[in-house]
Amino acid sequence: MKLSRLIAMTKRVLLQLLHDPRTLALLFLSPALLMTILKYVYWSNPDLFQRVAGSMLGVFPMLVMFLITSVATLRERSSGTLERLMISPLAKVEFIGGYAIAFGLASLFQATAVSSYAIWVLGLKIAGLQITLIYAAILDALIGLAIGLAVSTFAKTEFQAIQFMPAILLPQLLLSGLLVPRPMMPRLLNDLSNYLPLSYAIDATKKVISNQGSIMNDSLLIFLFLAGILAAGSLTLKRQTK
Amino acid sequence: MRNVSSAIQCRRLNVKRGGNHILHDLDLDIPQGVIMGLLGPSGSGKTTLMRSIVGLQKIESGEISVLGRPAASKALRHEIGYSTQSASVYSDLTCIQNIEFFAALYQKNEKSPAQILEEVDLTRNAHQMASSLSGGERARLALATTLVGSPQLLILDEPTVGLDPVLRVQLWRLFNSLAQQGKTLLVSSHVMDEADSCHQLILLRNGEVLAQGTPAELRTRTGESRMDDVFISLIGER
Repeated sequence: MKLSRLIAMTKRVLLQLLHDPRTLALLFLSPALLMTILKYVYWSNPDLFQRVAGSMLGVFPMLVMFLITSVATLRERSSGTLERLMISPLAKVEFIGGYAIAFGLASLFQATAVSSYAIWVLGLKIAGLQITLIYAAILDALIGLAIGLAVSTFAKTEFQAIQFMPAILLPQLLLSGLLVPRPMMPRLLNDLSNYLPLSYAIDATKKVISNQGSIMNDSLLIFLFLAGILAAGSLTLKRQTK
Repeated sequence: MRNVSSAIQCRRLNVKRGGNHILHDLDLDIPQGVIMGLLGPSGSGKTTLMRSIVGLQKIESGEISVLGRPAASKALRHEIGYSTQSASVYSDLTCIQNIEFFAALYQKNEKSPAQILEEVDLTRNAHQMASSLSGGERARLALATTLVGSPQLLILDEPTVGLDPVLRVQLWRLFNSLAQQGKTLLVSSHVMDEADSCHQLILLRNGEVLAQGTPAELRTRTGESRMDDVFISLIGER
C-alpha cells in the first residue's frame, strides 16, 4: 500500500466524474426532486413526511453509489483498463480504496446538498445535528458502494449489474424499517433484518432525526460490514484469468 | 535453465483459455534488446501467448521466465509495459491525464508525461478527451501508457493497426530507439509486410512455433522473398 498510488487512483476517479456533468447534475438534482415529490405526496399528513424523509436522505446516496460503483468497475473490466492496472504495481486495496474515497467524497457533497435542501427549503425538522445526519448518509453511501463493488465481481456486464439492484438492494430496503418499524415485523423478518447492513443505516438516520440514542453502535457495525465486504472484494478481484 | 541474456523463455508451455487448448508445448527464447515480431494468422495464439507472458493468463503447464523471473512475479509489475489490441485507455480523461495517472503508479519515470506524448506524436492532442480521438490516435495513446515507468520489456499487441504509413514508420523508429536503449519488444502483427522492421521473427500457427529467425534467415531457408510466401512455404515444410 502506497499513499501516492492511492491518491493517484482517487484523483483519477474524481476527474472522470468531473468530466461527466450530466452524471454530476443527476447526482444532486434527482434526490432533490424525489424529496420534493415526497413532500407533496404527504401534503395531507406532514408528520409522515417528517418520518419518511429523514430515512430517504440515507437511501438516495446508497442507491446512487451502488449504481455508479458497479457500473464504473464493470466499465474498467470491459474496457481492458482493469487488466492494464492488474499488471501494474497498483495494489488491489489501492484500487478499491481509490474508488471508495472518491465516491465517498461525492456522497459527502450529495448528502450535504440534499439534506440542506430538505431542511431549509422543504422544512424537514431534525432534532439531532445536521452534520450527524450527513455522517449517517455517508455511511449509507458506503454500504451502496461496497455492495456495488461486490456485485461487479459477479456480473459480467453492466446490464447484469443493474439487475442486482432489485435482487439485493430492494429486499434490504423493504426490511430496513423504512416501511414498518423493524420490531413490528414478524419475528423471522425482524431477525433477518438484524443481519442486513442497511437496517443499521436506517436506524442511524432515524436516531438523528429524533435525536434519540447514540449512533455509535450502528456505525461500528456498518464499518465492520464495510471492512468485510471490501476485503472480500479485493480477494475476488483476480489478477489472472483462466 | 535461467538464461540472463534471455528476456523471455518459454518451456513446454501449455495454455488453455476458456476451456480451449490454445498453446501446445511451446518453446521459445527471446533475447534481450531486440524487436521480436510475433506473426501469425488470427487465432494462432498470439494474444494468449502475450497474456501469459505478462502474467494475466493462468497457464496449464510448463514454464515462462521473464527477465529471469517466473511470469506473474510481483517484481515484474515494474518492468513490463503491455498494450492490448483494443486500446485500453480512459475515454473520459484527456490524453495527458491518462498518462499522468499511469505514471503515478510507477516508481521510476525517466520521462515526463509531456515527453511521452511527444514520442507518440500526441502533443497537440494533450488536452483532448480520449473519447474524441481517432482510432489511430487512441492506439498511440494506449502505446504511450505502456511507456510510463520505463519498462524493460514491452509487449505490444498489434500496435500499428489502423495507422497511416507515415505514423507507422515513425512508431517503428521509436521501437528501434527503445531497443537501442536495451529494452526488449515483443510486437505482434498479422501484417506480414511489417516483418522486415523486426530484428527477429516468431511465426506462430495453431499454438505452435512454426519457425524463429531473422527475416533474412527465414528467406534463405525457404528461398522465397515475400513474407507471405515464406509463411506458406514454412507451413508446407511441416
